Amino acid sequence: MQKRIFNIEANDPVARDTFRIVLRTDGDVSVRSGQFVDIALPGFYLRRPISVSDRLPDGVVLYYKVVGEGTRAMAAMRPGAQLELLLPLGSGFHPERCREAALLVGGGLGAAPLYLLAKELLAAGKAATAVLGFNRADEICLTEEFRALGVPVLIATLDGSVGTKGFVTDAIAAAQPTFDRFYSCGPLPMMKAVCAALDAPGEVSLEERMGCGAGFCYGCSVQTRGGARRVCADGPVFDKEEVLW
Amino acid sequence: MVEKDLSVSLCGIRMQNPVVPASGTFGFGLELADSLDLGVLGGISLKGTTREARFGNPTPRIAECTAGMINSVGLQNPGIEVLVTEKAPALRRIYGGVIIANISGYSVEEYAYNCARADACPAIDILEVNVSCPNVHGGGMAFGTDAASAAAVTKAVRAVARKPVFIKLSPNVTDIVSIARACEDAGADGITLVNTFLGMRIDIRKRKPVIANKMGGFSGPAIFPVALRMVWQVAHACRIPVMGCGGVARAEDVVEMMMAGATAVQVGAENLRNPQASPEIVAALPALMGSLGINSLQEIIGIV
Repeated sequence: MQKRIFNIEANDPVARDTFRIVLRTDGDVSVRSGQFVDIALPGFYLRRPISVSDRLPDGVVLYYKVVGEGTRAMAAMRPGAQLELLLPLGSGFHPERCREAALLVGGGLGAAPLYLLAKELLAAGKAATAVLGFNRADEICLTEEFRALGVPVLIATLDGSVGTKGFVTDAIAAAQPTFDRFYSCGPLPMMKAVCAALDAPGEVSLEERMGCGAGFCYGCSVQTRGGARRVCADGPVFDKEEVLW
Repeated sequence: MVEKDLSVSLCGIRMQNPVVPASGTFGFGLELADSLDLGVLGGISLKGTTREARFGNPTPRIAECTAGMINSVGLQNPGIEVLVTEKAPALRRIYGGVIIANISGYSVEEYAYNCARADACPAIDILEVNVSCPNVHGGGMAFGTDAASAAAVTKAVRAVARKPVFIKLSPNVTDIVSIARACEDAGADGITLVNTFLGMRIDIRKRKPVIANKMGGFSGPAIFPVALRMVWQVAHACRIPVMGCGGVARAEDVVEMMMAGATAVQVGAENLRNPQASPEIVAALPALMGSLGINSLQEIIGIV
């Protein structure tokens, strides 16, 4: 874990209440899919943990939703401003455990970390299909980025305005994609439904309110089949069998 | 420039400097061994430990506040045997400073048992007895909010320990001085103060408490003046040394706590927002001492 200063290169709205921020620093950045950064926001006491959506040689791309005062302040920051990040944090996904074809199941901004995972899978010669669920059309993001990689994208919207009407599990049932391992990030009820519906081995990325973000305050602990685990340091990615829904 | 002497003597134990990450904000030290140089720290107070392993409270356990935070971890820990057979010895292998075991309990007997086990562990230098955790119903703080109970725990622990015993006090009391004096009279070698202040936040959109356990311990820079006042009161009312704790975030705060009477100074919540806070504070002390005309930190203890 390092503490480093990043410059904001871009910080733009891409969907309803959703921003994409590009951060660059001096020197190489090392981070894997499923890992996160912890951002110090001026004027706020605790950091904001945000998963990494893409890695640049000297930076990261993040997506975040404006949900409170901190993220609202972050959305108002302009290119050229600086942010202090802790990174890399967390365990990350395991693309190496996929044999040939992966299913990437994202709900809302859960799509973000799956993008870097898709790049890692493709670089390793494996195939990937993305299934992305959103509440409504104006929340949709990242779908064109997945398609630009050559990753087929299935969309589900709750209001039926785009793609399959319903949940990601409805889109999966309709399209019957082929895969030997799945990876999921999104709301807990969605991931629970996905794990119940899919027989293949899978990994899910959990979310919890964090203190330190680096494994020493025990503020984000969850009970798992293997005992108490820290979401920030033992996770956020866990095998589906480990999670006690 | 004259070489600055950061060392202090705490119950006869030499510390290379007075800076100690506070219990609960630094794990068992091991979690941070790869991320920073533990060797620069004067001491490390380990995560609070009970006889049996505990998962702690449900999540959310953390709430952000202005100039601070609330935690309700609830003493998640692996139990006293793991502390004395695994955690403390593992830290001793990589760290030469003062190792402080933080001990909790649900009864006087449990406090005594846990302290006897920690006392017998060669890796541990000081016992810090937590009679003040606000996050565990039925235990902990009940002992720290009453002078007679705090004295009873102190007496029981003192009887089984050869190592220095510090009692960590709660600030959620009417008269902290009377409790500190009761601990001193019962044989405490030192006092750590303060633990967190009982606090609460409500999510006004969800119309419910942010913390699953509703209330938790408030810490951070907002409590510094109150903690400092209590350190000053207790340090001047007792003859035993004080470890000052509460809202310390910078080298200036360390000096201020020491002038109020603290022999060592613990850094708590600041570690959570900046894992490198404690080493950074140590690194900033010599230049600050230079600007203040201080050659030895030991000389400023309790000068106010």
